[in-house]
Amino acid sequence: MKLLDVRSITMQFGGLKAVDSLSFHIKKGELMGLIGPNGAGKTTVFNMLTGVYKPTLGEIHFNGQAIQGRKPFEISRLGMTRTFQNIRLFKEISVLENVMIGATQHQKYSMLDAALITADYSQAEKALREKSLELLSIFGLESKAYDEAGSLPYGEQRELEIVRALGTQPQLICLDEPAAGMNHQETHSLMETIAKIRKDFNLTVLLIEHDMKLVMGICERIVVLDHGVKIEEGTPSVIQNSPKVIEAYLGVEEVH
Amino acid sequence: MTALRALKIPFLSFLVLIVIAFIGNFALDGFVQLLSIYVLINMILAMSLNLVNGYTGQFSLGHAGFMAVGAYSSAWLSTQVPFLPGPLQIFNFLLYAVVGGIMAAGAGYLVGLPSLRLKGDYLAIVTLGFGEIIRVVLLNTPAVGGARGFYGIPGPTDHDLGGFVLSKFLMGFTHAGFWCLVTFFVIWRLMESSHGRGFLSVREDEIAAEAMGVDTTQAKVRAFVLSSFFAGVAGSIFAHYANYLSPASFNFQRSVDAVIMVVLGGMGSMSGALLAAVFITVMPELLRPLQQVIGVDIRMIIYSLFLILLMIMRPKGLFGKLELTDLYKRWKARKS
Ligand SMILES: Nc1ncnc2c1ncn2[C@@H]1O[C@H](COP(=O)(O)OP(=O)(O)O)[C@@H](O)[C@H]1O
Ligand SMILES: [Mg+2]
Repeated sequence: MKLLDVRSITMQFGGLKAVDSLSFHIKKGELMGLIGPNGAGKTTVFNMLTGVYKPTLGEIHFNGQAIQGRKPFEISRLGMTRTFQNIRLFKEISVLENVMIGATQHQKYSMLDAALITADYSQAEKALREKSLELLSIFGLESKAYDEAGSLPYGEQRELEIVRALGTQPQLICLDEPAAGMNHQETHSLMETIAKIRKDFNLTVLLIEHDMKLVMGICERIVVLDHGVKIEEGTPSVIQNSPKVIEAYLGVEEVH
Repeated sequence: MTALRALKIPFLSFLVLIVIAFIGNFALDGFVQLLSIYVLINMILAMSLNLVNGYTGQFSLGHAGFMAVGAYSSAWLSTQVPFLPGPLQIFNFLLYAVVGGIMAAGAGYLVGLPSLRLKGDYLAIVTLGFGEIIRVVLLNTPAVGGARGFYGIPGPTDHDLGGFVLSKFLMGFTHAGFWCLVTFFVIWRLMESSHGRGFLSVREDEIAAEAMGVDTTQAKVRAFVLSSFFAGVAGSIFAHYANYLSPASFNFQRSVDAVIMVVLGGMGSMSGALLAAVFITVMPELLRPLQQVIGVDIRMIIYSLFLILLMIMRPKGLFGKLELTDLYKRWKARKS
């Protein structure tokens, strides 16, 4: 079953077509990679999927529902969330609160409940707190639950972004270069954790990475983007041996 | 049961407040009594603005406008509805404060819905404009006195209850203190909930907040409306205690004062807002004797210098984003 179905979306910024008639789909439970050199349009694709940009043309279907042009928070509530390439944590509040904010959409109590500390409120808050601490423990961050998010070292900030996204209880999680700035070993263990999370939470994952070697190990299928255009799609072995991909990455001049 | 538990601390605080009111009633002179009521009113104003400017990260510069809406609607209503006799008046004040708050909240909704799409400076200018419009409209509304001011607003008065005098101050202080506690506990508890965390996420990063499913427009409007409500309540208390309103009481300076209280205390700190409200209200009066000694009024100069110095030494305000409770926790952690 197609969880996400992207039908020839285009994003035009003035004279620049950042993404040009891109189509692909993700099946439920899949771990798919979206790769391409810097500036290929990967982040722009995420921004369209999650509602930050409205595609100039084309349709995006999530769970059989057209979502292009919806507000980001609506799309998040439908079950698609993301992390950001340039870390966007809620820096000046605690690590725990960062995760709890992800669950805001699932909280049913009213403002009055909170003001009167009703049973509904107390139970919901307690459950949320426990669940958020549990999520933090995936990356061993529970001991830093009460630290300011902005005070975490860089790598942990990236991990916290993933935990925060998990807090929304997504079906599809879009990770935008989660390993950026990490060393080889950190990257390796991050990729393992992503694979594990996906299994434990029954997730579908769309992973952006510009370094193609990193995703070969864990992705089942890969879409390669260059200058906004899909140049290849297939299993890691297909991608590795594709002349078009090699060309795009090596920057070989086109021969006329 | 739980409802009772939730009201325990507010209720105890209210008892303490009544004790303070009694002490003040006998120990303080009339001027200091008046000043203490203004302190409470400014506390409400500062906490309410802190909700928008501090917690939600928006910049409202028109809080005097919402206060004016509350003050005038409450005052006007009190001249239309028959006043309860004697000590029962306190129920009148409660009713008027609620009405004033609701009218201000309505204004907050009307202003907030279209303008909260704007960010930073732009929002500040729109809200500033709103404040000025309200003031000019009031200046030109004969039904509430126009430029002359609105006279004869009923308010707390002394009542002789067979030997014991229930004074204007006792009633006024208790009423203002009551709303101060309501404002405090409502906002404090809200900030410990998903609703409050939604406000914080808007301040921290709107794009990330949306990606986490926070309806940022709704969060901003809610914070704005609630904040306006409390500003309206503050206005109502002010109207009935002073018995007189003038559009000049709600000029730009008052909006700026409110912003100063929030910035000085530390954006996003209730403790800071409260302390700064005391400071901003009392400071000019403390400097008054100085004026008598040297013969010129340099109060504003000293006051401004003091603010500048404070902002240089503590650029994030007195408390930053911390609360007294955080400081206490740190102190305890350091001791152990
Ligand atoms: N908001 C925008 N306005 C104009 N151009 C943009 C905008 N966002 C991205 N671009 C351009 O679109 C292209 C693709 O960018 P991006 O999606 O960030 O690439 P990638 O994530 O693959 O490195 C770049 O040339 C970038 O400059
Ligand atoms: Mg990118």
